Amino acid sequence: MIEVEHLTKYYGGFLAVDDISFTIEDGHVYGFLGPNGAGKSTTMNIITGCLSATAGRVRIDGHDIYEEPNQAKRCLGYLPEHPPLYLNESPREYLRFVGQAKGLRGAELAAQIDAVVEKTGIAAVQNKRIAALSKGYRQRVGIAQALLGSPRVIILDEPTVGLDPLQIIEIRELIKELGRTHTVIFSSHILSEVQTICDQILMIAKGRLVAFDTPQNLEQKLLAQNELRLTTDAAPEELCRLLAGVPAVTQLNITQQDAPYTTAQITTDRKDIYELSRAVYRAFAAGDKAILEMALKKGSLEDVFIELTEEQGRAAAQPETEKGA
Amino acid sequence: MAAVCKHELRMVFHSLTAYVFGAFLLVVMGIGAMLYNLQASVSNFEYVLAFASPVFAAIVPLLTMRVLAEERRQKTDQLLYSLPLSTVEVIAGKYLALLAVFAVPLCVIAVYPVIFARFGDVYLPASYGSLFAFFLMGAALIAVGVFLSSLTENQGFAAGLCVAVILFNYFSVTLSEYVTATAFGSALALFVLAAGLGLLVKVLTRSENLAVAVGLPLMAVVVFAFYVDSSLFEGLLPKVMSALSLFERLNVFVNGVFDLTAVVYYLSVAAFFLFLSVQSLEKRRYN
Repeated sequence: MIEVEHLTKYYGGFLAVDDISFTIEDGHVYGFLGPNGAGKSTTMNIITGCLSATAGRVRIDGHDIYEEPNQAKRCLGYLPEHPPLYLNESPREYLRFVGQAKGLRGAELAAQIDAVVEKTGIAAVQNKRIAALSKGYRQRVGIAQALLGSPRVIILDEPTVGLDPLQIIEIRELIKELGRTHTVIFSSHILSEVQTICDQILMIAKGRLVAFDTPQNLEQKLLAQNELRLTTDAAPEELCRLLAGVPAVTQLNITQQDAPYTTAQITTDRKDIYELSRAVYRAFAAGDKAILEMALKKGSLEDVFIELTEEQGRAAAQPETEKGA
Repeated sequence: MAAVCKHELRMVFHSLTAYVFGAFLLVVMGIGAMLYNLQASVSNFEYVLAFASPVFAAIVPLLTMRVLAEERRQKTDQLLYSLPLSTVEVIAGKYLALLAVFAVPLCVIAVYPVIFARFGDVYLPASYGSLFAFFLMGAALIAVGVFLSSLTENQGFAAGLCVAVILFNYFSVTLSEYVTATAFGSALALFVLAAGLGLLVKVLTRSENLAVAVGLPLMAVVVFAFYVDSSLFEGLLPKVMSALSLFERLNVFVNGVFDLTAVVYYLSVAAFFLFLSVQSLEKRRYN
């Protein structure tokens, strides 16, 4: 379990992380989502003890990362944004060093190395020089390193950046698999990635935590309304009359009218957008008018993400302009 | 600590560093032994050590330039920070590995006096006392090199800085004869030194308050002491310069005196710079 309380980090005068608090329970895959420069890496670096915080505290399984760093770090495996590899060594030599540094010895060390080599699929390259490995394999070696010492929590900072599509899929599969046995926290600025792998999403923008929920809940709770666009040959007044009796319609906007066609945008607060389209279709059939084109736009996590991060951007920008005035 | 030490040893011996280091030291010692002991038939092996001591300016930077600068460049320092190791363990492990690399050629060199003793009258205590001092001096210089390597991520810069510092230390006794010995000159130099120390603190910690807190009182003390009793500063600068010399203290051993103060001095220099290295590494977490 990781408890983060009121974490704040200034780089000189620049506020990188702004009073973030959250608790991460055991046994899920957590996604850390945010645009570039939002403070994801900074937060992860602080959690893993690579960076100091300006204020706030981090506890891992009850161990404070500053007061009991060794106990806290034993519960963690960390892969930073740039895999920290010694390029002149082979993966096996490298893993031996990391294992020893984590306090593993003798037969247990060898057994654990074999286990992580197999898990991350680097058996074929384990005796080559790391410098000769592709980016995908290097990333795997980095993950293998994090897995040594069987830590309860694995933290991966943008593990799929810079990989080709096939490698990305492989790494995602690996993360999903790790999620069954470990608590995994990984960061990404790619939304679909987080959406498919994670049980819980932490959204972070401009150094602030803006949302912490399951992907489904986030979509439902914060979602922009479901929306339907249609083009019809009915006149605008007629269109309004036809849809006036449809309860599912929350809002109706005529967006374009060049006779004889009218284009309208209809939004609903119903969760099931098909309920709206069914009702609209029936209303048009009853009024004997044709729907020439109908497109459904489901609200997606993408919208929430943009909405939340932009809101945060505006909120952060406002005090500054006030100060300037 | 053992893990870091073993890893560092493996890296040094995997690359050419350890071999070039050892070969260089052995070649210079060999030339010295040939000149003094074989050709000139002098039975004092310690002269060879004094002859070979400037070689440190070349081989210490070679050994230490990589040790922390490269970790930073390859971003492997993040791994060290995230592993359950303290900064002290990291520095101590690396330092011990470097000492081991330094000790290997010295073990070969340690055989020379015994060989020479078969053919002549060699006073072994002086030879081995000097060799011990030679090792301690190297250990102190390696600590300086480790610290300089922690300041930058550019190996070349670390090496250049290290060469400059060691050469300055080597020539400081010679230079001290040329610098001003007047009270005012010494006071001025100390004043500038205090200001420089403040500046160094600012560069290292990026905290102006701390820099002022360190620099200003020292500068004030110098000015105050100068006005109270200017005779204190008479010839102080040359004295300080020669006292700081690590090389000068080796000569005491070469002259046949086992100087315990020098031993303490070497150990203090090594401990001081290792402490600074730990702080330098620790500080990077706080910027």
